Amino acid sequence: MSSEMAHAATEVAHEAAHTSGDYIKHHLQNLTYGQLPDGTWGIAHSAAEAKAMGFWALNLDTFFMSLLLGAIFLFVFRHVAKTIVSGTPGSLQNFCEWAIEFIDTSVRGSFSSKNNMVAPLALTIFFWVFMMNLMDLIPIDWVPLMMSALGVPFFKVVPSTDPNATFGMAIGVFLLVLYYSVKMKGFGGFMGELTLQPFGKWGMPVNFLLEGVNLIAKPISLALRLFGNMYAGEMIFILIALMGGAWAGFSLGGVTLFGSQILLSLGWAIFHILIVTLQAFIFMTLTVVYLDMAHQEHH
Amino acid sequence: MNINATLLAQLIMFALFVWFCMKFVWTPIVAALDERKKQIADGLADAERAKQDLELASRRSAEILREAKEKAGEIIGNSEKRASEIVEESKTQAKIEGDRIIAGAKAEIDQEVFRAKEQLRTQVSAIALAGAGKILGREIDAKAHNDLLDKLVAEI
Repeated sequence: MSSEMAHAATEVAHEAAHTSGDYIKHHLQNLTYGQLPDGTWGIAHSAAEAKAMGFWALNLDTFFMSLLLGAIFLFVFRHVAKTIVSGTPGSLQNFCEWAIEFIDTSVRGSFSSKNNMVAPLALTIFFWVFMMNLMDLIPIDWVPLMMSALGVPFFKVVPSTDPNATFGMAIGVFLLVLYYSVKMKGFGGFMGELTLQPFGKWGMPVNFLLEGVNLIAKPISLALRLFGNMYAGEMIFILIALMGGAWAGFSLGGVTLFGSQILLSLGWAIFHILIVTLQAFIFMTLTVVYLDMAHQEHH
Repeated sequence: MNINATLLAQLIMFALFVWFCMKFVWTPIVAALDERKKQIADGLADAERAKQDLELASRRSAEILREAKEKAGEIIGNSEKRASEIVEESKTQAKIEGDRIIAGAKAEIDQEVFRAKEQLRTQVSAIALAGAGKILGREIDAKAHNDLLDKLVAEI
């Protein structure tokens, strides 16, 4: 274990991390800004400190990465929207048009009512989530090492591995579902939907329990699916990276581990391209489906 | 891994992104796409119309060509007829003119003959008188024998 420790120590040089456990913990810790135990405001330097900050703390890495990625997405699309011509498109415009037609087609496929907000919502979700997920393909140690060289103790570069980001979006979607349910069916209609089925009015408490769980399950499953997939993917990258940590000197075992790390990282990264895209698409599609359900009357 | 105010920040950020995307990205791009769709549809309709126009024009030009040919044929026929008419006419005219010339010449000849006859008759009568005078040995009084002479002239 001493060789592992030595490697892990070099990778997280600015932290007092000396075991593979510490290495993993370091990679899973957000850069949290909040009130420190001594009463001043600042950045937490350990997981315990971050936890002690309570609710009123901000994960700076999640916040800035998601802001940056969303801004890049909107900047590119806004640039195209400003310079768009209805004649022959350039390659960037062509890409954006392709993306928009792709989103438009899938929204039309699963959303039957008329709402001008749903398609742009789907576009935003797909590209934002896709870009956040895509950060997972950056080699796992690059950003934390770079950041620690700049004196930043932690940096999780994939915002969708932070439940705050996924729940933030899922709650946004949930609020829209509630809003359109009430708007389309009226408050009474929505309540009726929650309490009068599937067992008729005599089974009201049971109905409410079932439908309530059904309703609450939507945002929770939406958030946890994305978070779980990305978190697990990240975890596997970390574990693969740890294999190389066992490499020390040219022993047979060490070289094998080092080679395995390269091959496994490559394989997992290629497979992860699929997951990254798929999860973004699933998040988008489910959002559209939930909103479609909110727009439809159930009888 | 802690749930904290980042959740709210992400929620607000999400809402702002969606709003921006809807207002400044989706609407103009979709408008441009619709416009292109319309342009293409218009272009296709124009092409279809042009094709119809072309067909119409070619049909019309064929008709005009046919008419022109017909007219040209007619004109050629007319002119041939007229030409033969003119030839006929001039032939007739020439014949008439010839006949007239011939008749004139004949009349002149007749006149000439008549005149010559007259002259001849007068001369003959004179010769006869002279002969008779010689025979009778004396001069015949022209006045006294005028009746005789006239009778003679008439007989010749």
